[in-house]
Amino acid sequence: MRLTVNGEAKEASASTLDGLLVELGYADTVVATAVNESFVPVTRRPALELSEGDTVEILAPMQGG
Amino acid sequence: MKAYDVELGSRLLLGTAQYPSPAILADAVRASGAEVVTVSLRRESGRDRAGQGFWDLIRDLGVRVLPNTAGCHTAKEAVATAQMAREVFGTAWIKLEVIGDHDTLQPDVFGLVEAAGILCREGFEVFPYTTEDLGVADRLLEAGCRVLMPWGAPIGSGRGLSNPYGLRTMRARFPDVPLVVDAGIGLPSHAAQAMELGYDAVLLNTAVAKAGDPAAMARAFRQAIEAGRAAWLADPMDARDMAAPSTPVLGMAFRE
Repeated sequence: MRLTVNGEAKEASASTLDGLLVELGYADTVVATAVNESFVPVTRRPALELSEGDTVEILAPMQGG
Repeated sequence: MKAYDVELGSRLLLGTAQYPSPAILADAVRASGAEVVTVSLRRESGRDRAGQGFWDLIRDLGVRVLPNTAGCHTAKEAVATAQMAREVFGTAWIKLEVIGDHDTLQPDVFGLVEAAGILCREGFEVFPYTTEDLGVADRLLEAGCRVLMPWGAPIGSGRGLSNPYGLRTMRARFPDVPLVVDAGIGLPSHAAQAMELGYDAVLLNTAVAKAGDPAAMARAFRQAIEAGRAAWLADPMDARDMAAPSTPVLGMAFRE
C-alpha cells in the first residue's frame, strides 16, 4: 500500500504501524510515531491498522534549543 | 530554583543545537554547569540513525532534558509533538513553543494558551515560550503553567534584552512564579542583566554553540549568571540621572 512516511512516498507491505517500523528498519530504535498528525503511543502500534494514503511520522531525539 | 517541584542548582538551561561536534557539545554542557538541556524531535532520516547517537550522548551527560516543540505553528502540532516527546524522553516536562511569525519566531500567544491548556490537563509540566505580555502570562497561569519563559529577543538573534522594562514589570507582577528568560541572549552580560532583574534562570543556545570556543563561552555564561543572581540578592542601588560624589566632600582642603 502507498503511504507517506516522513514526507516521502513509500510502498509498504506491512499492514500495521508496528510492522511498518520493522519493515523500514526501526525495530531497535527509540522513535515516536504519529499517523495522520495524531500521536500513536508505542503500546498502540501493533493494533494500529494502516490504510492506503496514510501519513506516518517517525521521529527521533535530536538537538534542540 | 524550583521548577515543578524539582530543585535545580544551576540557573542556566542550555540548548543542544548547532554545536560544531557532539564532543564540543558535551564539553560545553559540562563547562556550563547546566542541569537541564533542551532537546527536540525530528524525522529520523538516513541509515546512520543520528538521533540514536545523540540520545546516547545526552544520557551519558546525566542531565535532565527539557524537550521542545520548536517549529510548531499550531496548537495541534505542538500538542502531538509534546505527546511524542513525553514517550521518547520519558519526562512530563515540555518547552512549549507555538511559533506565530516566520521572521521573528515570536510566539503565537493564542495557540500557546490553547496548547498549554490541553497539555496541562494531560499532566504535562509546561514551560511556555511566551512574550512579556502580562495578560498572556495570566492566561498561561490559569491554564496550569507553573513556570513562564518570556523571550529576551527573537530566537537566535543574540540581541540581548529588547524590553527590560517589560521584563522588570513581569517580575514585579509575578514575584512567586519561576521566570526564565528564553531566547535572544548573545553575551554573558545579557544573561547577567536578566538575572539582575530578578529572573530565576536563563535559557540559551546559539550564544554558546556559535562561539569560537563553546566550552569557554559556556563557562563565561555560568559565571555571569551566578554574578547576576548574587547582585539581585544583594539589592542593587537605585539609578539616578545626576552625578553624586562618592568621595566625601566634607573636610576638603582649599575650601573656606
